[in-house]
Amino acid sequence: MSAEALHLQARLDLGGFVLDVAVDLPGRGITALFGPSGSGKTSCLRVLAGLERRARGRVAAGADVWQDSAQSLFVPPHRRALGYVFQEASLFAHLNVQDNLTYGFRRTPAGEQRHGWDRPLELLGIGHLLQRWPHELSGGERQRVAIARALATSPRLLLMDEPLAALDAARKAEILPYLERLQTELDIPVIYVSHAIDEVARLADHLVLLEAGRVTAQGPTSRLLTRLDLPLAHGDSAAAVIAGTVQGHEPGFHLTQVGFPGGNLRFVSPARQRVRAPGETVRLRVQARDVSLTLSHQADTSILNVLPACVLELREDSPGYVMVVLDTSGTRLLARVTRKSADALQLAPGTSVFAQVKGVALLD
Amino acid sequence: MLLTPDNLQALWLTFKVAALTTLILLLAGTPLAWWLARSRAWVTRPIGALVALPLVLPPSVLGFYLLVALGPEGPLGRWMLALGLPTLPFTFAGLVVASVFYSLPFMVQPILNSMQALGERPLEAAATLRASPLDTFFSVVLPLCRPGLVTGCIMSFAHTVGEFGVVLMVGGNIPGVTRVVSVQIFDHVEALEYADAHRLAAVMLAFSFSVLLALQVYSARQARKGRA
Repeated sequence: MSAEALHLQARLDLGGFVLDVAVDLPGRGITALFGPSGSGKTSCLRVLAGLERRARGRVAAGADVWQDSAQSLFVPPHRRALGYVFQEASLFAHLNVQDNLTYGFRRTPAGEQRHGWDRPLELLGIGHLLQRWPHELSGGERQRVAIARALATSPRLLLMDEPLAALDAARKAEILPYLERLQTELDIPVIYVSHAIDEVARLADHLVLLEAGRVTAQGPTSRLLTRLDLPLAHGDSAAAVIAGTVQGHEPGFHLTQVGFPGGNLRFVSPARQRVRAPGETVRLRVQARDVSLTLSHQADTSILNVLPACVLELREDSPGYVMVVLDTSGTRLLARVTRKSADALQLAPGTSVFAQVKGVALLD
Repeated sequence: MLLTPDNLQALWLTFKVAALTTLILLLAGTPLAWWLARSRAWVTRPIGALVALPLVLPPSVLGFYLLVALGPEGPLGRWMLALGLPTLPFTFAGLVVASVFYSLPFMVQPILNSMQALGERPLEAAATLRASPLDTFFSVVLPLCRPGLVTGCIMSFAHTVGEFGVVLMVGGNIPGVTRVVSVQIFDHVEALEYADAHRLAAVMLAFSFSVLLALQVYSARQARKGRA
């Protein structure tokens, strides 16, 4: 589908809950549908896949129109070139791993097959599981097989419905790197449903916020995370996501340096993650509570990262706290400071400050 | 030889009726169970009740209505005569038709249960893997419902072997045509041939026990597999 957009306009009455959405989603990268449970994320995915026949509206992937209720057009799910990963792996219990993987591949028209059924094996690290049965697999393995099974059909669009929700933290950590590799190697647009903001921050390029069956906002993830009018930029877990390039390392101090338009960030290289080569693009998360503000440049501080910034906007957060949006040459950061400090520094839109960044997390 | 030629003939006939009945029921009962499991139409309720009716109805009542319906004056019988076909009562074919109705719930119910236990998910997964609904039925539904199908076949076969009232009503008691084991035993007892009755009854007892034992072992194995 390359850069062609995905169009979704749908109305679905599920008795007590009405989904009413109209969005155009980018045809590349990972788009996250984010919202609390019951906000309609999964319903959106099901409408896209054609699993909700009662939905009215229009669904199109690039030039392919999959549904147009105005013209009584409905392409059944098995004729839509998409892959779907359910929350539970939903492998066929009567087939071993290999037969599960080839199930969809054998049913994909030869003209649409862009690679063999075994292409995703290596990508997901499941080559050694082929002769096993679904009930012999761990939860994480099962989900990886389910992802590979969906990819084996050479889909033009991959839909993932909270694929990690049923897994514990260790299993999640096991699968996330595979999801990232998948994106860089296959270049299939992914629509990813999640209610975990850390997953979204790590994976998603584009974000769609849903609430009570409606889209409340959408845009690039980094922008939506720092919009004060949205629920994401509030409270203890608020964070900005920054895309940057690895500049180099200071091996003696175990430091990694990442450059981004607003300057450089140095942080202790995470022990459990692989060392990034200079030039590699990475994603960093800076939590609002780890950013403090000063009016003058502090030289004698233990804080490694001090960035010149400009206050764009500030808003009352929880009682006693203020959330501040900062601009560092086009890249936005969040700082959560006390109301008392904000008053003492006389922070207002336009104020020039120095942001002291205490903690940086490497996301991918 | 323990069994007389008459008894052997009755056994063979019983086997033929039960095997043919089971085969017909498997072919007809499976799509019927699928329709009952999937359709949201209100008619599934009365049809479902109709299918279960032989469970509670005295066999003689079912046999009586079948006899009336299939006889030369009955609605189905008249229709068959008009088509130039022989009427069914007191024939082997009639016996099979009656058995099919009589054993219908024993085939449909286990299959229906396993189809309902399947849920939506495997079907949706198959649809997103390019399988058409018909393809899904054969490649996903039937294999996953195999325990129900096996149970249905065993139960239908065994239940048909054990029928008596319906046979007497519709089939009568014609040696080699409709005289099945249960009727033969009744005849032996009527004629005070207790030794013959004993032998045949013992065969039936052993058969029924083996079938139920096999079923127990099979479902225990399935349950173990499901847990794993």
